[in-house]
Amino acid sequence: MRIFAQHPANPTAFMALSERVLPWCLALACASIGVGLYLSFAAPPDYQQGHTAKIMFVHVPSAWLSMFIYALIAGSSFGLLVFRHPLADVSAKAAAPIGAVFTLLALVTGSLWGKPMWGAFWVWDPRLTSVLILFFLYLGLIALRSSIEEEGLAAKLTAVLSLVGIVILPVIKFSVNWNSLHQPASVMRLSAPAIHPSLLTPLLVMAFGMTTLFIAFQLLAMRNEILRRRIKVLRSLAVQDGGPLQPLPG
Amino acid sequence: MRPFCQLVRREILLAWRDGAAIGVALGFYLIVVTLVPLGVGPDLKLLARIAPGILWIGLLLAALLSLPRMFETDLEDGSLDILASGSLPLEAVAAAKSAAHWVSSAIPLAALSPLAALLLNLDAEAYPVLLASVGVGTPAISFIGSVGAALTLRARRAGVLVALLMLPLFVPTLLFGIEAVTAGSIAAPEFWPAFLILCAISLATLVLGPVAAGAAIRLQLQE
Repeated sequence: MRIFAQHPANPTAFMALSERVLPWCLALACASIGVGLYLSFAAPPDYQQGHTAKIMFVHVPSAWLSMFIYALIAGSSFGLLVFRHPLADVSAKAAAPIGAVFTLLALVTGSLWGKPMWGAFWVWDPRLTSVLILFFLYLGLIALRSSIEEEGLAAKLTAVLSLVGIVILPVIKFSVNWNSLHQPASVMRLSAPAIHPSLLTPLLVMAFGMTTLFIAFQLLAMRNEILRRRIKVLRSLAVQDGGPLQPLPG
Repeated sequence: MRPFCQLVRREILLAWRDGAAIGVALGFYLIVVTLVPLGVGPDLKLLARIAPGILWIGLLLAALLSLPRMFETDLEDGSLDILASGSLPLEAVAAAKSAAHWVSSAIPLAALSPLAALLLNLDAEAYPVLLASVGVGTPAISFIGSVGAALTLRARRAGVLVALLMLPLFVPTLLFGIEAVTAGSIAAPEFWPAFLILCAISLATLVLGPVAAGAAIRLQLQE
């Protein structure tokens, strides 16, 4: 029983664990992003693109995270629908806005990079298009959840939508690649041997830092969501007892 | 199999007797297509070049109009509960309703598309290609759309929400549908790959759409 109570699926155990992990996570994120930014500025300018290529150190980790977070949401949704995991929906709900912001960050930094390199803020490159569609999928998840009153139902339906989305994502990626109207993804293509270590090190440090930052945000948002649900339960209990209804802040 | 066919028949009959809905969709399609030359100017060459895209996008938007009603009326009058307790699994109910939506909404729109193509000065050789492309691609619209209709059954502002949720998912269908028409003729080498992938997308949605829609309806009836 005691082991069961300490299982991380238990929201109380999660609250205790996350409270201890969170400060370390935030400190690690700040430190590694600080070091990563220093390394990025110290890195030699690209022989063709000069200093503009340095936006890559923000752009590429954001793009990685945008996909990673969608995978996390889909995994959580699967956990909710199949295993009824009590924290799965908290995780999926918390991750959606964060994922949308990282996707937007990837799009905006990419667009700022594209202006000097391609001569336009937006090019209908296959990769840009599929990331834009990923952004719309995130918005769809948030919109669907906010428009269904009943929270448990909203959680399950959003989970169904995110699983449908993960089926269609590879198809979208493949289809826009096939239908290549513009230059193929060449500037953004990154395979480990093709990049010099002087650029790879800051990139990896930044990627680590931003991933830690995401984990910290995710833990914070999940804690907020659990607290919000507890307050909601307490309020409905108070109403059942016939006590006065306190207005909820926010 | 019999209950399935009867359900399809019932849905088509209901749609047929309520003729106004499909009339509105057809009118909407024609007006969207008419607005484009007014917007970009009557340059026939330009219109012929963008015609495949406009025809497909107009068709998609017009087909979206009738989607939110797919399960809504049955939820309101309780028929959906009876269907759920009947012999058909909800997946089959969703499949039957999607198939009926395809017959009663998408096929009339597909049949109207040659007329709309006339307004856009589509190349004469491309008409058979256009019919093949919209004929094979429209089931994907109905079957993917059924997922959106099922998900937003209890949502506020369901109509707008269906469009926001589902339009990103229509991207592959749209791309390959347009690509097939742009190829210009059945003899063109670019036609077959796009057309066959469009077939594959439609077949895949035939299987996946009802599974997701059925799951979404079941979750909402359990509450």
